[in-house]
Amino acid sequence: MKKNILFFTFTIILSLYSSAQKTNNEKALEIIKKIDNNMFSKTQIVTSEMIVYGKRKKRIIRSKGYSKGKENNYTEYLSPEREKGTKMLKLDKRLWIYSPSTDRTIQLSGHLLRQSVMGSDLSYEDMMEERKLSEVYTAEIVNEDIYIDSPVWIMQLTSKVEGLAYYKRTLWIDKNKFVPLKENLYAKSGVLLKTTTFTNIKKIDSRWFPMKMNYKDMLKDGKGTDFIILDIAFNTKIPDNYFSKNILKK
Amino acid sequence: MIKFIFKGILRDKSKSVIPLAVISVGVMVTVIMSGFLNGVFSDVINQNAKLDTGHVKIMTKPYFENKEQLPNDLALLEIQELIDSLNLNYPDLIWTPRIKFGGIMDVPDEEGNTKSQGPGIGLAIALQNSKSDELKRLQLRKSLRKGNLPSESGEILLSDNYAKKLKINPGEKITFFGSTMEGSMVFQSYKMVGTVEFGSPLMDRGTFIIDIRDAQNLLDMENGTGELLGYFKDGIYNDQNALVISNEFNSKYSKSQDEYAPVMVTLKDQNGLRESLDMGDAFSGIFIFIFILSMSLVLWNTGLIGGLRRYNEFGIRLALGESKRNVFKLMMVEATIIGLIGSIFGTTLGIIFCYYLQEYGIDISSDIENSTIIMPSVMRAYITSDLFYVGFIPGLFSMLFGTALAGRGIFKRETARLFKELEV
Repeated sequence: MKKNILFFTFTIILSLYSSAQKTNNEKALEIIKKIDNNMFSKTQIVTSEMIVYGKRKKRIIRSKGYSKGKENNYTEYLSPEREKGTKMLKLDKRLWIYSPSTDRTIQLSGHLLRQSVMGSDLSYEDMMEERKLSEVYTAEIVNEDIYIDSPVWIMQLTSKVEGLAYYKRTLWIDKNKFVPLKENLYAKSGVLLKTTTFTNIKKIDSRWFPMKMNYKDMLKDGKGTDFIILDIAFNTKIPDNYFSKNILKK
Repeated sequence: MIKFIFKGILRDKSKSVIPLAVISVGVMVTVIMSGFLNGVFSDVINQNAKLDTGHVKIMTKPYFENKEQLPNDLALLEIQELIDSLNLNYPDLIWTPRIKFGGIMDVPDEEGNTKSQGPGIGLAIALQNSKSDELKRLQLRKSLRKGNLPSESGEILLSDNYAKKLKINPGEKITFFGSTMEGSMVFQSYKMVGTVEFGSPLMDRGTFIIDIRDAQNLLDMENGTGELLGYFKDGIYNDQNALVISNEFNSKYSKSQDEYAPVMVTLKDQNGLRESLDMGDAFSGIFIFIFILSMSLVLWNTGLIGGLRRYNEFGIRLALGESKRNVFKLMMVEATIIGLIGSIFGTTLGIIFCYYLQEYGIDISSDIENSTIIMPSVMRAYITSDLFYVGFIPGLFSMLFGTALAGRGIFKRETARLFKELEV
């Protein structure tokens, strides 16, 4: 009789735990879908400044980027003089860089994509990563907290597909705006590779969007790289020729 | 007397064959090992000096701390002023700037698209400066495998293996893609004019060479350099002098508030060379000591066996009235002659083998293919003056020592018992 009661209690606890876990996972998935809705759109046109803090001086690189879906992205660098006219085109998993000074187009692939972009804390791989979080990660809410005056969920995302630049991510999600405020990016070994902080969150076309980001490569010294969005337009029509190799010429 | 002893040695081969063989082999192995270790250590020092460390090297402090990352954003600036001051203060040294930088080399096809590409390490040296010794120091003419050396700006040399990997031939265009000192993206096309083989797998894997002025323009490092290398004018590294110079130089900047103050390091204080070379020296000393000791023990044993075999001979000589001292003395003269012949033979053979190893060496390139340190791909022996005595003296003395130990028995013989012992 005693054994039966114990078994019964254990089964109830297990099913309650499993149902709570299921609810947690469903809620987590729902949250990251909402984040995806804020952060991703069919098209984006972004004018931005990247501030790279060097050891001796800082550099401000201005660019205009066009993206369509998850696969296509085209960026043209506007200043400074040394970078002006440099163009980058990403189509699916391929990346080309055009240099006006040499009139050459170079395709980068494989481990070369892990190189830093213009001395910043961002790699080409980071810039190419445009897949929705909900499509490539499983999510779990691990805690709730207050992060710089905002109530947040602390979520852990684990890769569910092969070949991602970061196997795990920990995100601090604003409960009211459904945007990340901070993100830690980890390798499969558990080593912290990068941190990103998101600030200046603005409402644009009914979605919340961070207008300033700081990327910090934890394997490098320094205070990271700021990425400031000067202007952004969502779901604007972009001509198809922006995503063709022909655009990479003078 | 000597003639008599010499005849005795020649006629009674049992007296001489084994000791001669032991001494010859022992001396030969000592000479070969000594010449080979000398050669390998010298090559490691020379190759590191000419390709990477100089006899002394000046960098900024933060560059030195992160030098594995080739951090040109921490480079030395206003180097001409520094070189002028160094020339004034250290007239025994020649100073030459070098820039090392990483990037991607991309070979275009006919339409300008990427045909092949790979990461590489650039080495910028004073190629176009007729006053510079860099061409001679790096033996680039001798190392040239294909094409020519760069004669003007915009020309580039590739290591032969790297050129093969990128499938590029002299005369073709290649584009460097990397970042400037401050991190700006930079593209620059060059004409590849030749390929070289450095003889160091680390360098042969993926190195390209351009002129220092081209590199300064490319990387926005006007009047700057990553490293400033100093070489003694006689071309020979002197660790004591290098330490004195570096200590004196560093003391001037020890209290400097400048974050980018220069720091000087000696050859041995780079790439872990001091530990490796000191350990190598200690091992070679221990090896030679053990070898001489074991050779002495073998010869002592040989002397004892000889002594036993010649027990009757010594007894008769003592019975005939020859003094113990004289018997011992003649034994020692015999040992000296055998030691001399064995040592001369062993030294000659050892030097012949060393000469072979000096000319042809032992190719270890396949074993150190993925090596991350600069070391020669062919290990060679070097014939130096010390090889003429490094085996010779121990060979001779171990024979004398062994014979002296074995000969002590002569003094223990009692003349009164000799007739009984000899069964007369």
